[in-house]
Amino acid sequence: MSPAFLYFLETVLNGLMAGIMYSLVALGFVLIFKASGIFNFAQGVMALFAALTLVGLQTGQVPFSHLINAVFGTQIHHWGSGLHAIVAIGGTMAIMVAMAFVIERYVLKYLVNQEPIILFMATIGLAYFLEGLGDLMWGSDVKALDVGVPTGGSFWWEDVTREWAVEGSDYFGMYIDKLDVTATIVALALVIALSVFSQYTKMGRALRAVADDHQAALSVGISLRTIWIIVWSISGFVALVAGIMWGAKSGVQFSLSLIALKALPVLILGGFTSIPGAIVGGLIIGVGEKLAELYIGPLVGGAIENWFAYMLALAFLLFRPQGLFGEKIIERV
Amino acid sequence: MLYREVGDFKTSYRADQQTFAIGSERILFWSFLLAAFLVVPFFINDYWEKSVLVPFLVWSMAALGLNILTGYCGQLSLGTGGFMAVGAYAAYKLMTGFPELNILIVIVLSGGVTAMVGVMFGLPSLRIKGFYLAVATLAAQFFLVWVFNKFPWFYNYSASGQITAPERTILGVAVTGPNSPPWATYLVCLTIVVLFAFIARNLARGRIGRSWMAIRDMDIAAEIIGVEPLKAKLSAFAVSSFYVGIAGAMYFTIWFGAVEPTEAFGINQSFRVLFMVIIGGLGSIFGSFAGAAFLTLLPVLLKNLMVGQLGWATDLAAHFEIMLVGALIIFFLIVEPHGLAQLWRIAKEKLRLWPFPH
Repeated sequence: MSPAFLYFLETVLNGLMAGIMYSLVALGFVLIFKASGIFNFAQGVMALFAALTLVGLQTGQVPFSHLINAVFGTQIHHWGSGLHAIVAIGGTMAIMVAMAFVIERYVLKYLVNQEPIILFMATIGLAYFLEGLGDLMWGSDVKALDVGVPTGGSFWWEDVTREWAVEGSDYFGMYIDKLDVTATIVALALVIALSVFSQYTKMGRALRAVADDHQAALSVGISLRTIWIIVWSISGFVALVAGIMWGAKSGVQFSLSLIALKALPVLILGGFTSIPGAIVGGLIIGVGEKLAELYIGPLVGGAIENWFAYMLALAFLLFRPQGLFGEKIIERV
Repeated sequence: MLYREVGDFKTSYRADQQTFAIGSERILFWSFLLAAFLVVPFFINDYWEKSVLVPFLVWSMAALGLNILTGYCGQLSLGTGGFMAVGAYAAYKLMTGFPELNILIVIVLSGGVTAMVGVMFGLPSLRIKGFYLAVATLAAQFFLVWVFNKFPWFYNYSASGQITAPERTILGVAVTGPNSPPWATYLVCLTIVVLFAFIARNLARGRIGRSWMAIRDMDIAAEIIGVEPLKAKLSAFAVSSFYVGIAGAMYFTIWFGAVEPTEAFGINQSFRVLFMVIIGGLGSIFGSFAGAAFLTLLPVLLKNLMVGQLGWATDLAAHFEIMLVGALIIFFLIVEPHGLAQLWRIAKEKLRLWPFPH
């Protein structure tokens, strides 16, 4: 194979895996939108918050230490050597579930039956709140997240691909990040687990019923409030997974919350209501973005990754206004 | 008598339809406006100008613009920051390209340029609706900021990538640049905002405003009774972008004087304006002002309290502030989803009936 073709292949492969990372965030959006019609802008900040909490627990930071120090003039920062990764993940998950409870109890309960834009605004308010809370609890410095996810390039794959190139060419093999491969496997496992959960468990059936029709679900005795807590807990879990993957990739810092903005084009491309849509949308966006950067980027001066995904999604939307896999929008007077 | 219709006889349709229907309301409004024009300029100082009054006026203008699009026409937009950038860069190019041009004309013209860009990005709204449209407008946001970063022509090839407003005068008084007196910049902003709020109010209750509201309430039904969605939606995008562009031009020329696109016109500004509109009240001119006042004053107040009074570190105060703003937004949405304008309406209704509530 010629090196040019191999470069192309490498770009596509890396794009696919970058897309999976976007899908991880988009999944959380889809879950909540399906179950409650809420466009949860806080999903990205939830990932950041989960990652911050995980690092905090793992390294044994005292929460709110800056605030306590400022108010009482103390000098506390750590309470010990920290927790094992598994325990810390469990603890973070418990906090995310508690958060789902609090959100339902103090926010959503009062906003039932409001217009979608009001609920959307409430989630932006929530995003601000969590962002401030996360920084206040754990500090705003950049932290490294290490829960044992393999990182770095794969030498084995480099060796394999080097042999594919034609004799005598200066091709040094493909670069593939082990983290991306792990993320792909995790994302696949997550999607399978979510579909099994929603297909074969009693809870999952209730979730699907609520997604289909709120009022009908209420009338057969499904508690909407319980369902909402469960859905927000699950998307908290998805946020935790996304936070771990993104945190391991680029460090835990404020910019992590901006991945929500990366997930939005994925979301409108795949459709707000479709889990497979989130995955396929992520793949299309990931590959499109990487290819555009390689072939179109140099023509217009580069740095187009900020908006290209949106333009791509917009182009798709003009042909299918409900996204690729979204439910057909039927409007009646 | 305080705040009663009693004795306030309407003899014409015009009088019946006026914005301030009750006598004491009119008195309150006009005295407020007179105070703003005639009293405040004598007491204004640099701090009040730069961190309270001019920001409030600029954000009010942007909120008015977004309220036309989102509140009256029902098209959710997250591209406000990008459109403000268009206004600012149009003003910059006009100011440097035509130094003789009066600054007021420059500001209005940059609104016109923004209106054209807005119509272009409004085209997808004919096919895409709701949150899909909101995300689509994010394309405008990111694309426009990228354009202003990428093409040096927009910032006249300056080395820093920043744009800086040269000094311009009105009647011999500098209103842009570092030498402008606080009262002058304040008066210019106030005049522009009052004028355009007046226009917005009359647009909104006229034929075109009614067609926007019909589209907002249900676009298919509106189409059936003869409102053209193409005209209504695109005119809403045009008028809204015009306002937002003027806000962007004032933001750059009068308030800051020098900006660079990524921070000054980022996605956060889009959200900020949207918050103002929602907290103030969708589809209400008063709401735009109330929301802008709330979100401009709150951070100033919190900062004074935490950094000035309690002596906290600024980064700690910043985190606390953002958390508090988020909590307050949720609180207001729960208490009154229709915003401060609705609270004001309820208060007035209660006052009118007082002391007999039934």
